[in-house]
Amino acid sequence: MTTMTSGVSEPARTRSRSVQPGTSSAFPYILFAILAGTAVITLIPVVWMLLTALKTPADVAADPPTWIPETLRWANFSDAWNFAPFGRYLINSLVMAGGIAITQVVTSALAAYAFARLRFPGRDALFYIYLGTLIIPPQVTVIPQFLIVRELGWVDSFAGLIIPQAFTAFGVFLLRQFFMGIPYELEEAARIDGASRFQSFMRIILPLSGPALASLAIFAFMFHWNNLLWPLIVSNTDKTIPIAVGLTRFQGERGTDWELLMAASVIATVPVLIAYFAAQRWFVQGIAMSGFGGR
Amino acid sequence: MFLLPSVVGFFIFTAFPVVAAIGLAFYDYDLLFGREFNGLQNFQDLVKDDVFRAAFVNTLYFTLASVPLSVVLGLGAALLVNHALRGVVIFRTIYLLPYVTVTVAVALVWRWIYLPEVGLMNTILGWVGIDGPNWLTSKTWAMPALIIMSVWKSFGYNMVIFLAGLQAIPQHLYDAAKVDGATAWKRFIHITLPMLSPTTLFVMVISFIGSFQVFDQALVMTNGGPGTSTTTLVLYIYQAGFQSYKMGYASAIALVLFVVVAAVTALQFMLQRRWVYEGEARR
Repeated sequence: MTTMTSGVSEPARTRSRSVQPGTSSAFPYILFAILAGTAVITLIPVVWMLLTALKTPADVAADPPTWIPETLRWANFSDAWNFAPFGRYLINSLVMAGGIAITQVVTSALAAYAFARLRFPGRDALFYIYLGTLIIPPQVTVIPQFLIVRELGWVDSFAGLIIPQAFTAFGVFLLRQFFMGIPYELEEAARIDGASRFQSFMRIILPLSGPALASLAIFAFMFHWNNLLWPLIVSNTDKTIPIAVGLTRFQGERGTDWELLMAASVIATVPVLIAYFAAQRWFVQGIAMSGFGGR
Repeated sequence: MFLLPSVVGFFIFTAFPVVAAIGLAFYDYDLLFGREFNGLQNFQDLVKDDVFRAAFVNTLYFTLASVPLSVVLGLGAALLVNHALRGVVIFRTIYLLPYVTVTVAVALVWRWIYLPEVGLMNTILGWVGIDGPNWLTSKTWAMPALIIMSVWKSFGYNMVIFLAGLQAIPQHLYDAAKVDGATAWKRFIHITLPMLSPTTLFVMVISFIGSFQVFDQALVMTNGGPGTSTTTLVLYIYQAGFQSYKMGYASAIALVLFVVVAAVTALQFMLQRRWVYEGEARR
């Protein structure tokens, strides 16, 4: 598990291989050109979304397409906003994705601690059951999950959106690996001083696990902000519809009003982009950790 | 008890549904008319169902095309951004950007990009003299269109994992090889690729699992069409279960999906002994 902790404690960017001097003096420039070219291609769809969101219908229909709109039409945003309750959808997404992120971190951290530190009968068997479910595509269980949620009367409620997604074998696995990398001696001292298991978990393990917890939280948040299938099934009314589902409905209603569709897409995307830039480090580490977790 | 919240929730919402999903596949369960055990009937119907067959083939086509592209591009991007060039962090950020965008939102953008006359794709193809097809309404080109979009969205994720793998390779191996006069290409073939092979295995396994689950793009960009040419397994699960309310039948499709994913994953782990290097990196 040493690879695991090293992946966590050192940000990925600190150990890049330096450009070899002497291989060729043109090498850095060629490299830069390839990097920049790829970046432009990668960015085109996103830039296009932003630009189209500001175009007039006439600009949108232009053939060949124009890049920069002649007049910036900010009213697209207010129009889109008026056609569908996007404000409500955003709040619903925030509550849903935020709720899932928080509950996932809490339930995973507790269970991960038990798997990492406590001894109890059946621990390993239980852990393997958790691991086993990792390869099961979530779509396989969507039907029984929906039937359970329906039985509980949670259709079209935040409970139905959040609770079935709040328990994650992936999160348990990730945090268990991290907790196992924390030296047991740190806890031992506290235990000798009379701290309970729970106290040592709260005061020693959790404060040391900030990066791992943050990674799991941001990963869960972004994943569920993006998630379509489950909310598509569970939510029916504006009361609970998150932005991803709201967008598909908007497409159904205004399928060819591209400037409005793009404005709505921008509205849906900007919050995750903000989250991405603000928490990029944790997010990237979350992905890298999951990579090492697979070893 | 630390485990209680997780275990209770896990068993109700993950473990039990797995078992239930298998059980339901053997029922005729219409959400409106109740359920009835019907043995293997669902599977017999599946074999005769043209839509299912199309969905199966389409998903396979999607996976076999998008996984290699996304893995190779991810590795290429990781190799590129692994150089300590000024501003390289910005490129990493940009390459990962598509992965974090909302799939529904960018699927809408790509719908526009693929428009026949005013769309960006055909405009750009026109510059080099290619008369592009009507992507999303063509039975031949709708699936490649989805594949291109999906590769664009996912390669950055693979890049991040590859990058972490690259940076775990000890520098002294490269130094020793250089002393021995190995060229950059030889160092790549004999050090980077073998040392990276556990990472490559992992990336391939999760890419396969992920692409068998393709749904959002297919729903938003083509809704499975034209005809059934982009209907994927998960899209068909959704249509059968939540638009036709045939829960048992949808569960049978889901079970097929599960068996295929499990089999492919197992196969990859079995084949790994032939190409994955497990030397000192593991100890």
